[in-house]
Amino acid sequence: MVEKRRFGNLVPHLILLVGVSIVAFPVYLAFVASTHDAATIANGQMQPVPGPHFLENYYRTIFVGTSSSTREPVGTMMLNSFVMAMGIALGKILISIISAYAVVYFRFPFRMTAFWIIFVTLMLPVEVRIYPTYKIVADLGLIDTYAGLTMPLVASATGTLLFRQFFMTIPDELLEASKIDGAGAFRFFKDTVLPLSITTIAALFVIQFIYGWNQYLWPLLITTKDNMQTIVIGIKKMIVTQDALTEWQLAMATAVLAMLPPVVVVVLMQRLFVKGLVETEK
Amino acid sequence: MAEVVLKDVRKTYAGGVEAVKGVSLDIPDGGFCVLVGPSGCGKSTLLRMIAGLETITAGSVAIGPRVVNDVEPADRDIAMVFQNYALYPHMSVYDNMAYGLKNRGTPKDEIDKRVKEAARILAIESFLARKPRALSGGQRQRVAMGRAIVRKPQVFLFDEPLSNLDAKLRVQMRVEIKRLQRALGVTSVYVTHDQVEAMTLSDKLVVMNAGNVEQVGLPNDVYKRPASRFVATFIGSPPMNIVPGIVEGDGRVAVGGHMLAVADMAPGLAPGTVLDVGLRPEDLEVSGGPGIRLPVDFVEELGATQLFHGKLDGAEMVVQAPTGAITSDTRQLTLTIDAAKVHLFDRDTGARRGR
Amino acid sequence: MEKRSVISGRLLPYLLLLPQLAITLVFFYWPASQALWQSFMLEDAFGLSSEFVGLENYAALFQQPEYFRAVGTTFIFSTAVTVLSLSVALLLAAMADRQIRGAPVYKTLLIWPYAVAPAIAGVLWLFMFQPSLGLVARGLRSLGLDWNPLLNGNHAMMLVVLSATWKQISYNFLFFLAGLQAIPKSLIEAAAIDGARPTRRFWTIVFPLLSPTTFFLLVVNIVYVFFDTFGIIDAVTGGGPAKATETLVYKVYSDGRLGGDLGGSAAQSVILMIIVIALTAVQFRFVERKVQY
Repeated sequence: MVEKRRFGNLVPHLILLVGVSIVAFPVYLAFVASTHDAATIANGQMQPVPGPHFLENYYRTIFVGTSSSTREPVGTMMLNSFVMAMGIALGKILISIISAYAVVYFRFPFRMTAFWIIFVTLMLPVEVRIYPTYKIVADLGLIDTYAGLTMPLVASATGTLLFRQFFMTIPDELLEASKIDGAGAFRFFKDTVLPLSITTIAALFVIQFIYGWNQYLWPLLITTKDNMQTIVIGIKKMIVTQDALTEWQLAMATAVLAMLPPVVVVVLMQRLFVKGLVETEK
Repeated sequence: MAEVVLKDVRKTYAGGVEAVKGVSLDIPDGGFCVLVGPSGCGKSTLLRMIAGLETITAGSVAIGPRVVNDVEPADRDIAMVFQNYALYPHMSVYDNMAYGLKNRGTPKDEIDKRVKEAARILAIESFLARKPRALSGGQRQRVAMGRAIVRKPQVFLFDEPLSNLDAKLRVQMRVEIKRLQRALGVTSVYVTHDQVEAMTLSDKLVVMNAGNVEQVGLPNDVYKRPASRFVATFIGSPPMNIVPGIVEGDGRVAVGGHMLAVADMAPGLAPGTVLDVGLRPEDLEVSGGPGIRLPVDFVEELGATQLFHGKLDGAEMVVQAPTGAITSDTRQLTLTIDAAKVHLFDRDTGARRGR
Repeated sequence: MEKRSVISGRLLPYLLLLPQLAITLVFFYWPASQALWQSFMLEDAFGLSSEFVGLENYAALFQQPEYFRAVGTTFIFSTAVTVLSLSVALLLAAMADRQIRGAPVYKTLLIWPYAVAPAIAGVLWLFMFQPSLGLVARGLRSLGLDWNPLLNGNHAMMLVVLSATWKQISYNFLFFLAGLQAIPKSLIEAAAIDGARPTRRFWTIVFPLLSPTTFFLLVVNIVYVFFDTFGIIDAVTGGGPAKATETLVYKVYSDGRLGGDLGGSAAQSVILMIIVIALTAVQFRFVERKVQY
């Protein structure tokens, strides 16, 4: 630091602590609510300290479901969310890594056309073409299926661009050395490109898993059966804004469960992320 | 083992740029051929065409009895050492060396035998398990060499393999490459822009410029009798002085108002013809009697030798002499030169005007 | 930028591209062109037949006061969220960029809301501000404020702005921190030697050097507010009360779903597409210029 401060770094610490508290408070409160009983919350008597109903509330949420409706237990919803998030993340990684491989490492007629066809989709989020997309998925008979949930969200330019960018940094000489070492298109991909891409794949996985897990509008439209619902949709349906009958303790337990997987992914993969950045040679 | 024969090889890029303009070359079995020239002269392109990494626009490349124009790099039975080594960063040293053999289905114990043998030759046995990033530049260089020799190819190709190393290591590796090539007897083609590497390594020196071969020969022959002004100034350090001279008669040229005897002079040059006269800094001698007078601007001390800088008829001129042979504060030198060491070049074409 | 060495193969590259292209064509280009087509068509009340009406759907749209209201709502919403989340994130990033103890811990503690779904973020804030039982709402009421986002449009707007900002701070923080850490320390030191105090240094040296990051975030945030906040609005207010929080995207959704006005909804979609494409193009031109510079 350029200056020596009389009070050390008190001010930055204070500001950061306030920031962290603001960021954490809503989540803390949600957790607190998930440990109280319905009456305490409904009467507005809940204090910002955890209550005694933790196990009971979470057990009901995960395995039984809310009582005021015929909702599926959250366990099913989480499974649906998980399948959708994994489908989107892995599907996207798979189709974009091979398409980027084609665009970067081959020369063929309409190469740039293909690239631009993919590239333009960067500009079209699913929200703007929601009903026509819905109609196509409905026509294909994919309503209330995992395929219908994932496939329209699998295609996007992000992954292809990311892999293309990474492949461009792989030295040409590695391909040349591979050619001399007798590796063809498949072996070069499997033995060299794929191992080198691990960090990029991990990074893309983190982003896309979260993107998939957090989807809202699309699953809202495409799922009609309760047992196909994702957790993000499920929680919304548990809350009746105008109605005091909302079982907030269960809704908040659901919210905590809904946040858990993507937050864990971010926090755990942050290490891999940094590790990859630090250790990348060259 | 095999010889490498290039016949009128050309490379034209899609944009119409001619990188290689018709090169014919014969590299004998077990020979060490160095392609040297400034950057952009086409030497790397030529090497990459031999490797099969560039398509050949016209002409033919043969390795042994086989024309390889349409043969994949993997099937040409060559091995290549790249400037940046091109080691697979995610594979251990062992796997880097073994990869080419694995892809060819060589039995495991044979691979193991060959990798260990190459590692022993190159003294890299102790870090076979490491990843390339854990190695120093010199060690990576050895691994790159190891990857080439385990394959026991017909031809080694080197693409400026030493230019990423520091000066001291470069000299050391240069000697090792020479020794290794002698020991293995594998035909080698080596590209560099460093004329010292070129001189010391080659038994066949090829000087290239602008897509053409300027001269082919034994390194000493090229040094002693450069075929063109380009070769004359490219080979040798410090570079050959080029000063204007006027033909006075058969075997006589006037330089800086002094008459020089010339042993190698094309017959029939009309007196009065202006030529470029090449005089190597190390060939010039201080004369007791008459000679070329060179006013000295400054002196560079190199330890063993001194370089005296001056200007003659507007042209830069350098004289190299052992330290102490000439006093450092000399303001003017009077110079002579052995008639056999005067080189004449055409002013316009730069071609040698000798017999 | 192109590769010097390529792999030979005629059919293989097409096979590799096939899955991506197929999905893109079926789920992007086909629906997008459908939206474009529908925006020129008018369906009868029973959805049995439709006729080509040219720009009529667009003309009808521009005569709706509700449409302009949604435009206004979107504008207020995006401006508020962008300004708020960018300034808070910049403040936090500037603090975390100082070499203080525990900076990496602060970083981890600040970035995780990136992983929270917008709809969940909305629910969390709704719970705090729920008029009858929310902890914060009770506090506001005890201060004598008649807080009720379920009835008061302005309160509802504040609530969605707060939820959307809360969720977006982590993203902006990450990028600002990376931008700050990319500024060479020697520049800061030079400015210090030139006698600039920390605050002055920040505004005369650091902030201008951050401008590419800021610009990038500006566009990304606008796109975020336009589209990703759908979940927040649907979970917290459902566009209400009395359409006070109905943004353009929300209107596409509710018109198409509740009203069944496919042509009008399609016309709105097309306008949104044009906005996104324009934003992306602006972003792109800027990036390009920066690269050349």
